[in-house]
Amino acid sequence: MRALDRIALSLGLGFLYAPILILVIYSFNASALVTVWGGFSTRWYGVLLADVPLREAARVSLVVAFAAAGVATVFGTLAALALDRGGRFAGRRVFTGLIYAPLVMPEVITGLSLLLLFVGFGLDRGLLTLVIAHATLGLGFVAVIVGARLRGLDRSLEEAAADLGAHPARVFATVTLPLIAPSLAAAFLLAFTLSLDDLVLASFVSGPGATTLPMRLYSQVRLGVNPEINAASTLLVGTVTAIVLTASWLTGRRGVA
Amino acid sequence: MASTPVPAAAGLLTCAGLGKRFGTHVAVADLDLTLQPGEFVCLLGPSGCGKSTLLRLIAGFETPSAGTIRLGGTDITADPPHRRPVNMMFQSYALFPHMSVAANIAYGLSGLGRAARQARVDELLRLVRLDGFGPRRPDTLSGGQRQRVALARALARAPQVLLLDEPLGALDRALREETQGELRALQRRLGTNFIVVTHDPAEALALADRIGVMEAGRLVQIGDGASLYERPANRFVAGLLGDVNLIPGRVLGREAGGLAGLDTALGPLRALGAAEGEGIIALRPERIALARAPSGDGPALPGQVVETTYLGDRIRLRVRLADGSIWRVSAPAEEACPGVGESVHLSYPPERAWLMPAAA
Amino acid sequence: MKRLLPVLPALWLAAFVLLPVILTLKISLSTPATAQPPYLPVLDWSAGIEGWGNFLEALDFTNFETLASDALYRDAAMSSVTLAAIATAILALIGTPIALAMARAPERWQPLLVALLIVPFWTSFLIRIYAWIAILKPEGLLSAGLMWLGLIAQPLEILNTQGAVLIGLTYAYLPFMVLPLYAVLAKRDPRLPEAAADLGAGPVRVFWSVTLPLARPGLAAGALLCFVPMVGEFIIPDLLGGSDTLMLGRVLWSEFFSNRDWPLASAVAILVLVLVVGPLILFREDETTAREGRR
Repeated sequence: MRALDRIALSLGLGFLYAPILILVIYSFNASALVTVWGGFSTRWYGVLLADVPLREAARVSLVVAFAAAGVATVFGTLAALALDRGGRFAGRRVFTGLIYAPLVMPEVITGLSLLLLFVGFGLDRGLLTLVIAHATLGLGFVAVIVGARLRGLDRSLEEAAADLGAHPARVFATVTLPLIAPSLAAAFLLAFTLSLDDLVLASFVSGPGATTLPMRLYSQVRLGVNPEINAASTLLVGTVTAIVLTASWLTGRRGVA
Repeated sequence: MASTPVPAAAGLLTCAGLGKRFGTHVAVADLDLTLQPGEFVCLLGPSGCGKSTLLRLIAGFETPSAGTIRLGGTDITADPPHRRPVNMMFQSYALFPHMSVAANIAYGLSGLGRAARQARVDELLRLVRLDGFGPRRPDTLSGGQRQRVALARALARAPQVLLLDEPLGALDRALREETQGELRALQRRLGTNFIVVTHDPAEALALADRIGVMEAGRLVQIGDGASLYERPANRFVAGLLGDVNLIPGRVLGREAGGLAGLDTALGPLRALGAAEGEGIIALRPERIALARAPSGDGPALPGQVVETTYLGDRIRLRVRLADGSIWRVSAPAEEACPGVGESVHLSYPPERAWLMPAAA
Repeated sequence: MKRLLPVLPALWLAAFVLLPVILTLKISLSTPATAQPPYLPVLDWSAGIEGWGNFLEALDFTNFETLASDALYRDAAMSSVTLAAIATAILALIGTPIALAMARAPERWQPLLVALLIVPFWTSFLIRIYAWIAILKPEGLLSAGLMWLGLIAQPLEILNTQGAVLIGLTYAYLPFMVLPLYAVLAKRDPRLPEAAADLGAGPVRVFWSVTLPLARPGLAAGALLCFVPMVGEFIIPDLLGGSDTLMLGRVLWSEFFSNRDWPLASAVAILVLVLVVGPLILFREDETTAREGRR
């Protein structure tokens, strides 16, 4: 490998990881001042565990993320199947546009427009509206991931199953579904993370009593840097990294990308 | 289902007026094909000639634009693939990567009980000489082994017709020749109708009872290898099956024994065949005799050797004739062969030259 | 069976993507009111055709006139587009060498490198931007480090400036630039640069005449993927930009949450949609037709 390439990679990855690393290191800082190292301590994790509103926000976030990722995975997979298998149907272009729209629309717009919808139809803001908003956001990502897998699928596998006497439903259950399963898992995880991570949509569409973790963190971050946030962030980063590594290990082991 | 493969005597496949269009592209046009019981048929043609589409029509993956497909007297044209008693071996093998070899083979046997299914899988594994490979995953097998799993899986339901799309295409050359023999022997033993699609004339000749040559969606000729080689229907068939010299001419009349006399650029020539009017003589290079001096019997065409290529068992020569055309001649290598620039005289037995209509 | 596939997702998308945008358009043509919901007119369903007539008459373009005439919104729009464009250019500059290095790395390392690039994207956006506050603030690590090196005498006043926003944008969107570039570069025939070199081109000419033109589709995709969301970005300018960095996403947010002017916020949303998402869809269509034409 050329020296220039090494430099580019080290600088690039260093740029990406340094802030996260600093965050993690300072979460173990005994001092309350974020920039002064006061020795190793886990006191902020203790503070974190005692923070009841934060724990409640985390619970809300997890519940919403599970529900939203579930809905997004089902609908997004149906959308991907429709685009891949549906042939030409009326409104296919509009349908495709609507799937990709939440992927490219700035979040403030998606958030605002969904809120206007909920208000316009008198839907109370809370967990349900959060789930709808996050599922809509995740749907497009799921459709993209599952769609890529479907396009890469060897059609003759499904034809072989039909040829061997399998009814279309059995073909789907025994051949198509197992073969796209890794992409379904990846899509679910992505939708889950997107929901867990979202601040903007949640700020618009959630109501009292349904404060998510990012909303809670945001309101604390606005007040300035705070070692407790560092501790919370470290836990979050650790969890997500573990999920990603597990996911890539799972898909790698199956030998199907 | 019987534990031994059912002889496919009842399975008599008939395609009548079959056609398939994709948009404006005609993939298969007005095709008639009837399979005799127990027959091994090869569909031969270059890529894009419609042979794979024909196979997919018979399997039910494509719906014909015209015509019917009947199997043992029953019209199956409208049946979906999973209700047709035909099975297919795919070019890519299409082995389910998430199932073991045994599960792949058992996939089509869902109607059987557990024990019967196991017995049938074992029997098929023995048939393709893969005993003990049942628990393995397809991606741990060699190309030849995967090919045999695909074959076993396609045979599991004892189909009346087995369709094979380029079954040996992914194998290397040595393995391909060995597998040709095995496939042929297996088909003889089972008596199942095989339809193999291939672009390789040598493979078609080695495998089939009858070869159907396809060109631009049409079945131009069907017959055994010898009849295709000796009596091709047109220049496409003649050229597909091997080297050939094509000599255009006009039929003047006929002698006793059916030999036609033609007027050509090289003067009067004779050939066997029923064509009238404008015709083309197909003359195989190995049928041409080469002499340094005109021999006593029959007419000989004078020419000059322009190139010789040593091929081991034979020598291939290119000879320029009086009208400037070049003939390819194949001579046994043991003979003392004329060199480049030497004058030669060419002759051939007219009953081994085939006259085709020029228009076909 | 096949025909039924699109029905459920289509209904969902119509209800939660199409309808909301139409509603936003409608409300952007309304006037604010101290009511619940805080805008007029509200469509009176019971009044039938006449209700629709009154409703349509009451719509006006006041909000868009406000956006066009008020310097605040013009400046916000300008600085959104400018900052996004500068950040995109920076990303292209630093993303290309990284993507190229990834594509040239030994094959067995490449999945790992891709994973390393993606993992930060999976970790909370908010937290990654928050991390920069601690680095960029005057008593933060960047100033401390530079002072220790003797490069600067005074702490840097960079937090709460547009410079900080640019750093944040570059940081957050780097994977979105590198991944499409890498995808294109990794697929290219590695013998092409070798062929160019064989024909006498030096490394610089190889880069300009072969590598860069081949990378162009990736560069275009990456630029779009970064530019569009950056224009509407809220968190980065809010946390790193201080009070004087105006970006459209932030203006929308404050009109909505602080001023409770829903119609004006909707008008901003429609403006961003037309300015940014419109061209994007056109580009996509263009690309799709080009690709289909080639087939």
